[in-house]
Amino acid sequence: MTFRRLGWTAALLAALGFLLAPPAWQLITSLKPQEELGSLPPLLPEQPTLAQYRSVFEGRPFGRYVVNSAIVATLTMTLAIAFGAPAAYALARLPLRGSGFLLFGFLVVAMFPPIAIVSPLYLGIRAVGLRDTWWALVAADTTFALPLTIWILSTFFREIPRDLIRAARVDGATVGQAFFFVALPAAAPGIAAAAILAFVFAWNEFLFALIFTSSPAAQTVPVGIALFPGLNEMPWGEIAAASLMASAPVLLLILVFQRRIVQGLTAGAVKE
Amino acid sequence: MTRETNQAYFFVAPAFTLVTLLALVPLIAVVWMSLRRVMPVFGIDRWASFANFAHLFSDSRFWSSLETTLYFAVVAVTLEIALGLGIALLLHRSFRGRGLARTAVLIPWALPTVVAARMWEWIYNPDFGIMNYLLQKLSLTSGPVSWLGDPFWAIHAAILADAWKTTPFAALILLAGLAAIPPDLARAARVDGAGSFRVFFEITLPLLRPALVVTALFRFLDSFRVFDAIYVLTGGGPANTTETLAVYIYKVVFQTLRFGYGSAIAVTMFLLAGAASVLIVGLAGRGAFGVREG
Repeated sequence: MTFRRLGWTAALLAALGFLLAPPAWQLITSLKPQEELGSLPPLLPEQPTLAQYRSVFEGRPFGRYVVNSAIVATLTMTLAIAFGAPAAYALARLPLRGSGFLLFGFLVVAMFPPIAIVSPLYLGIRAVGLRDTWWALVAADTTFALPLTIWILSTFFREIPRDLIRAARVDGATVGQAFFFVALPAAAPGIAAAAILAFVFAWNEFLFALIFTSSPAAQTVPVGIALFPGLNEMPWGEIAAASLMASAPVLLLILVFQRRIVQGLTAGAVKE
Repeated sequence: MTRETNQAYFFVAPAFTLVTLLALVPLIAVVWMSLRRVMPVFGIDRWASFANFAHLFSDSRFWSSLETTLYFAVVAVTLEIALGLGIALLLHRSFRGRGLARTAVLIPWALPTVVAARMWEWIYNPDFGIMNYLLQKLSLTSGPVSWLGDPFWAIHAAILADAWKTTPFAALILLAGLAAIPPDLARAARVDGAGSFRVFFEITLPLLRPALVVTALFRFLDSFRVFDAIYVLTGGGPANTTETLAVYIYKVVFQTLRFGYGSAIAVTMFLLAGAASVLIVGLAGRGAFGVREG
């Protein structure tokens, strides 16, 4: 029995090693001074330094990328929840003909390839003069974040007992009040999960950000990292440092909200 | 009741309008553009009927990118489901630190794909990368391998990087699937003398099928549209061997500025993704996607 347990433990450690080794290696790389990057061994930095983190900000608007990402992700999340929560509630709990069909339609939109609609979106955004602005990215990101939010939230709203809403209605609450003061608070964990997922999606989004922006006015962190100057020597230490800083917000979110995120991710995917 | 129905429409209308405007209208525009010759910089925009689609047949780069995409998606999804199932089974047991392990598993999923691609690019670096260092240390390779420069290795290097990033998603869906299986069934089978392997293959796996189908479908659709990882890791090279449909469309539209032809490939890609979804759900049986009655 103990032998078997040893096997499980070893397998678990191997799996965790596989998943955590690349970011760990990135962390080690980010702490090495430039001279040490060109030789292995030693594996660990002999003179650990934060120089790479400092030089990320030198000569490039990395701080600006972070601000752009934060604003785009926050706006996308807000729009997705503000538009998505009422829609998800109606689809899950109000008498609506064709709600199954609508829900499926939203799922299809969330899963279809962004590249398929990127050229008309680009022409449209250019036509209304929104190229290279936050709003171009917010609009494009919402196209995918909103359907995803509706899909996730509808499963959470479906878990609220009908009697809870009925009781509020009998007590004289309007449909809107029942939604706002009964259903919404009851679904708060789901709202949190969906909001985090929308934020992470927009924070990480690359294709739209690459195509719709052309200057630090709106370029986001993933674009900044993808387009790191690489004419002759790739600045691997700086890339590692920038990568970790770019990941810090989403890593923090999952550390704090691990349970909620898992709930959101698996909502609607598995029948319980 | 009619009042409530009217209000329900009012609740859905904003989201519906937004998605229609941002997804449905562009989709119709893509179909329209695919039937035209559109090159905005040169002011060209004229009817072309099915010329773009006819051109697809003779465009060997389209066929090779389609083949690359399918190969990428099938191998990556298979790998992700195998690894994800393994990890889900490991995490399904109760042990101390399970919550911590689950959080750790989430990390690759949460990282921006661009960041993950940069991580792997550095690991694969032929001169200073840790991959070559470790493999040579263990005497598994005789000299440094150019993982991203060699046509055979580049696509597989990209697949490994993608599988690393998305295995957590597969693992978590399958873990939720495992949690939904009543433990009494396995217990009863054990009492009747079934061993671990029999319990797994005759009880766990069949009951996990809906979760497996959902994972396969989501992961396939996601890999089919892969762009970020390839763009950053190889840019489609060497010699276009890692060029996927999304990367090819990007180049056609934004580097050679052929919006019409790019749209034709996009429409084809969209139809193929739809057909593949029907195929996956159809092959794996119905019931996986039934919308819950509530």
